[in-house]
Amino acid sequence: MSAFRSFVVKETRHILRDRQTLAVLLLMPVAMVLLFGYAIRTDVEDVRVLVVDAARDARSTDLTRALASTHALRLVGVVGGVPQVEPALRAGEADVALLLPSDFARRFARGTAEVLIVSDGANANYAATAESYVRTVVQQWAAQNGGGAPVVRTATRMRFNPTLASQNLFVPGLLAFVLTLVSALMTAISIAKEKETGTMEVLLVSPLRPLQIVVGKVAPYLGLAFVNALTALGVAFVVFGVPVRGSLTLLLVASLVYVLVSLALGVLISSRAPDQRTAMMAALLGLLLPTLALSGFIFPIASMPGWLQPVPNVVPATWYILVVRGIMLKGVGLAVLWKEIAVLCAMAVVLLAAGARSFNDRIE
Amino acid sequence: MADRGPTIPREEAAVWAQDLTRTFGSFIAVDHITFAVAQGEVFGFLGANGAGKTTAIKMLTGLLAPSGGTAHTAGYDVAEQPDEVKRRIGYMSQRFALYDDLTVKENVRFYGGVYGLTDRQIAERMAAMLARLGFERMARERVGRLPLGWKQKLDFSVALLHEPEVVFLDEPTGGVDPVTRRQFWELIYAAAQGGTTVFVTTHYMDEAEYCDRVSIMVAGTIAALGTPAELKAQFAAASIDEVFLRLARPVEEAASS
Repeated sequence: MSAFRSFVVKETRHILRDRQTLAVLLLMPVAMVLLFGYAIRTDVEDVRVLVVDAARDARSTDLTRALASTHALRLVGVVGGVPQVEPALRAGEADVALLLPSDFARRFARGTAEVLIVSDGANANYAATAESYVRTVVQQWAAQNGGGAPVVRTATRMRFNPTLASQNLFVPGLLAFVLTLVSALMTAISIAKEKETGTMEVLLVSPLRPLQIVVGKVAPYLGLAFVNALTALGVAFVVFGVPVRGSLTLLLVASLVYVLVSLALGVLISSRAPDQRTAMMAALLGLLLPTLALSGFIFPIASMPGWLQPVPNVVPATWYILVVRGIMLKGVGLAVLWKEIAVLCAMAVVLLAAGARSFNDRIE
Repeated sequence: MADRGPTIPREEAAVWAQDLTRTFGSFIAVDHITFAVAQGEVFGFLGANGAGKTTAIKMLTGLLAPSGGTAHTAGYDVAEQPDEVKRRIGYMSQRFALYDDLTVKENVRFYGGVYGLTDRQIAERMAAMLARLGFERMARERVGRLPLGWKQKLDFSVALLHEPEVVFLDEPTGGVDPVTRRQFWELIYAAAQGGTTVFVTTHYMDEAEYCDRVSIMVAGTIAALGTPAELKAQFAAASIDEVFLRLARPVEEAASS
């Protein structure tokens, strides 16, 4: 048996023998897809709308009537002044407010009318849906009354919670999260464990080359990550009907590149961390947190403060999520996504080289 | 002693070092050490913590490139052909090489594979080894469930599985009781009688007395080298422990003042 094969067999045994961890790793994608899928309510009914009508003319009254007669909306009141909006939202009396300016009719006739939709961002997903209902009604009404294209511009502001989780889009982010967890975190822990117990010393004195050790560590997790990716996609499709509109092959190739990036980061972390605990903390804070918070998965990049907006560019998950969203939801291919995929490939090359080098340096 | 050339010709030595040096920046961890270990010898490599033992062993096992001087282990230059060196040596440290979550058999098979043994060689040697240790019943047991003394014996036997020319033991008997230590040294002697050179570091000075020859490292240099009897005579000491204290103490005092 070749030295490298022995090593991969050993690593696989470690993974298979730790039943608890394995069960967690295998079931987690299923649990997370179900959790995210069910926790995000996508069909919202009985949205309570407050109308702030500063105009009180025929046009604004007509629009208010249109809102009131929409099945999913319930008009909770028409008030004259803006100051009443925030208390109503705060008290939970209204989910969303529509503000019509005093010169509404005049500007509507000129095609420059603007209305403002303010929604209660405390429940971001609900608010997003409510806001989109109102927007739709306004646009339909405008189309019917203005003839042809909508002439109403809507400006939306989320109160209390300026961030907004993108509903229906959780699968791409989830894929990134699961793959990062399995590839980066598990590899980092597994390598750090050998350092902690002292077996790394023995491996380094053996004829195994450092590169073989790293690749041997990484290979079984590559397999596990793929099983996880397919599970997540499968559950999302079967239970929630989330389709893969583009090429599944391209999706898997992009996932492979992303897994390599994560594995390289795991190796980088473990080559610096003296023990499992440090490796775990570094992977959680340094990789998983940015994957969740700075990749556009949970918080849209556009709603981050200006100084923070460049940061997602260096988070690999940002690019991966863009690719997966493109392939899964828009059905686009390499022609559109070549830039994002190129960035991921470049990250993979640079980080793999850095990881191998760092691992080599640290043995001395 | 350190400026004397190796007493054994390079071709005949299992470990041979001349002016072997390693620096880390301005710090000289190992300072021109010169010595040789004969084939089949049990060689004690002593020294206080920080004396440079670990760095020297890393160089001799091909893990760390020397900054100066030459060293040959198992007939190969450690700087030029570290891979050849690694193939021909065994290594065991106080921290076990064995994986607790794997069975005895799986561990043996893994290290056999790492050292390039064929499946057949592994099967034959494993059977012989388990019989010799009386471990047949334990073959399918996970290593984590074995008592410490058993693990140590198994670890040593695994380090010898590929029949290395030299085996490096870095404080192999740490944390075990005197009876187990005694049994362990019987294994060491058996290996030496079989022609394997044993290069051993230890904190137990009574163990140093079991060695054919010992060297004592102080501040990166070899301060004393000879058979235990020679060293005791040279320093007019009753035991190696006394020799060690006499050599190591002035340095420690200088360092702490």
